[in-house]
Amino acid sequence: MTKRSLAGAACGLMLASAGSIFAGAALAQEKAIKVGVLTDMSGPYGDVGGAGSAVAAQMAIEDSGMLAKGWKIDLISADHQNKADVGSNLAREWIDQGKADVFLDLLTSSVALAVNQIVKEKNKVALISGAASSDLTGKACSPNSIHWTYDTFSQANSTGKAITKAGGDSWYFVTADYAFGKALERDTTTVVTANGGKVIGNAMAPLNNADFSSQLLQAQSSKAKVVGLANAGADTANSIKQAAEFGLTQGGQKLAALLMFITDVNALGLPAAQGLEFTESFYWDLNDKTRDFANRYSKRVKNGAKPTMVQAGVYSSLIHYLKAVETLGPTTDGAAIVSTMKSMPTDDEAMGKGYIRQDGRKIHPVYLLQVKKPSESKYPWDYASVVATIPGEEAFRPLAQSECPLVTK
Amino acid sequence: MIPLLGITTQALFAQLLVGLINGAFYALLSLGLAVIFGMLNIVNFAHGALYMMGAFFAWFLLNTLHIGYWPALLLAPLGVAIFGMIVERTMLTRLQGLDHIYGLLLTFGLALIIQGLFQNYFGSSGQPYPVPDLLKGGANLGFMYLPNYRAWTIAFSLAVCLLTWFAIEKTRLGAVLRAATENPQLTRAFGVNVPRLITLTYGFGVGLAALAGVLAAPIYQVRPLMGADLIVVVFAVVVIGGMGSIMGSIVTGFALGLIEGLTKVFYPQAANTVVFVVMALVLLVKPAGLFGRKA
Repeated sequence: MTKRSLAGAACGLMLASAGSIFAGAALAQEKAIKVGVLTDMSGPYGDVGGAGSAVAAQMAIEDSGMLAKGWKIDLISADHQNKADVGSNLAREWIDQGKADVFLDLLTSSVALAVNQIVKEKNKVALISGAASSDLTGKACSPNSIHWTYDTFSQANSTGKAITKAGGDSWYFVTADYAFGKALERDTTTVVTANGGKVIGNAMAPLNNADFSSQLLQAQSSKAKVVGLANAGADTANSIKQAAEFGLTQGGQKLAALLMFITDVNALGLPAAQGLEFTESFYWDLNDKTRDFANRYSKRVKNGAKPTMVQAGVYSSLIHYLKAVETLGPTTDGAAIVSTMKSMPTDDEAMGKGYIRQDGRKIHPVYLLQVKKPSESKYPWDYASVVATIPGEEAFRPLAQSECPLVTK
Repeated sequence: MIPLLGITTQALFAQLLVGLINGAFYALLSLGLAVIFGMLNIVNFAHGALYMMGAFFAWFLLNTLHIGYWPALLLAPLGVAIFGMIVERTMLTRLQGLDHIYGLLLTFGLALIIQGLFQNYFGSSGQPYPVPDLLKGGANLGFMYLPNYRAWTIAFSLAVCLLTWFAIEKTRLGAVLRAATENPQLTRAFGVNVPRLITLTYGFGVGLAALAGVLAAPIYQVRPLMGADLIVVVFAVVVIGGMGSIMGSIVTGFALGLIEGLTKVFYPQAANTVVFVVMALVLLVKPAGLFGRKA
């Protein structure tokens, strides 16, 4: 290659890259936002997130008022079937084909952990509402993601702490055998031992298990005072139902549903679920704003269900994302958007006021709820009463304990 | 209590019994499949969906008509069987003489449609169905607490399985049925209405699936996907037992429940795969299955 052609090539390269910058700027000038809801549409968590999450996202888009200001916001949703590989492929496809700048819901920790990595690589945004593993703001934290609604630490710290302090000082876990279940068991174990309790053992069950009698029998013969259910969705409902059948509570053992959603209470029915304590970051019947949000939501879903905390979190996180993008102006620089989101306080109809920490943890109050007796329930979906409101600073893992490399200590 | 490989005999007995309970469901479902395959040569992939329909039928009866568990045990299988017979008359009968794969595809498609419809309407978490009052509570057996309802499922499904076996293998009706499968033309010559017999047999197999669904309703959540989760295992049971073998499917159903129960004690991680490992091993040694008549 001669010197001249080399110089020519260099010039050409410079021009080309300058061109792409202009092209990028031109694209970015277009006031367009692509929203992707990636969730379990048909599996055991379908009611926790699923189609309801897409409805919640649509509501956030409408409520943001940005459509009237000339923004074009597209919403796409898909079923990741709770499989990390399916979720990853969808995420790559959406990013590569320009179908999504921001990923919402991301139920199932194994999927969220996988998509988190891709989103970081491609500098997009992940607003995780459905997944629970506290690793998402721990060692797997990312400058491109925010863990919005709840995590295994806050669940453990609320339900686990309350039950241990009330005298439930020996625990046996029935654990979902994947990232989420293990994280929930680990975080609850920490809380239990910190509060003077001990963990006797555990029995693993695969995700989407129908029969829990084997695990429950082991829990029963362990003689632990508390049987901690480190599972979720239909698995939780089935294990609670079968625990009653095998007489666990009659034998003096207490059930701790470490992650239970309002849809699970609905599925179980109050006679089977009454008295259970559970933890939520959102309960539809908290105040006028949540009621209004929930009623608007109910009218748009097929079975008239009230939103779960995951669906409320999808709404809340998208509202805040849209605010940040409006402030920044048209951009697809994910890290910049997340950084702006962290700098702004959050406030919306569903989850109220809050803020986002350095490690990507969204902070808001968490509610310890108790399932009502059938006689106490006055209207449809009147399922729980608030036992305690735990301030966000207390509920979530302190920054000082975080393994997240983003945290400057 | 004598510990064995770190497991007490108490725990072992308990797990074996639980395995037997699961085995009862496997047996009942695989029996229906075996009847349908043995008599009609149809690989009925809609079996799981029909099992789910049985459970939902019972749920409907309870929640809309306030008809309880006991009548449902009869009405739900009957209702679903009628649905099954309509399917047989309108669709499956057209596939007669074609390759197995057509029946498989049709029933698989049907299963997806039925499950999709239910899921669209009911969501995925399902509906509660209470244990009937008569069978509430349980008995302490010393090594475990056995809920009365579970004891009932074992006894009842065992009885149904044996009755079915008896009816097909030992009675005149069964003989006619088997003759109709072996040589429809000749059986027809004897004045037997073979198509009607086949429709009724399909209805019976479907009814068995629905019956298992009603039995399962008080134990599991009544969910649209309850059958989809189970059907793969049940097919493995049928393959191990030998496609179409009635006794094979009953014995294998219970035996695999036991093996699964044991695996849950000694190596829980493998509990979900052990059935398929057994299937692979059996197919290597006896390609026609344990009780299969011809290779």
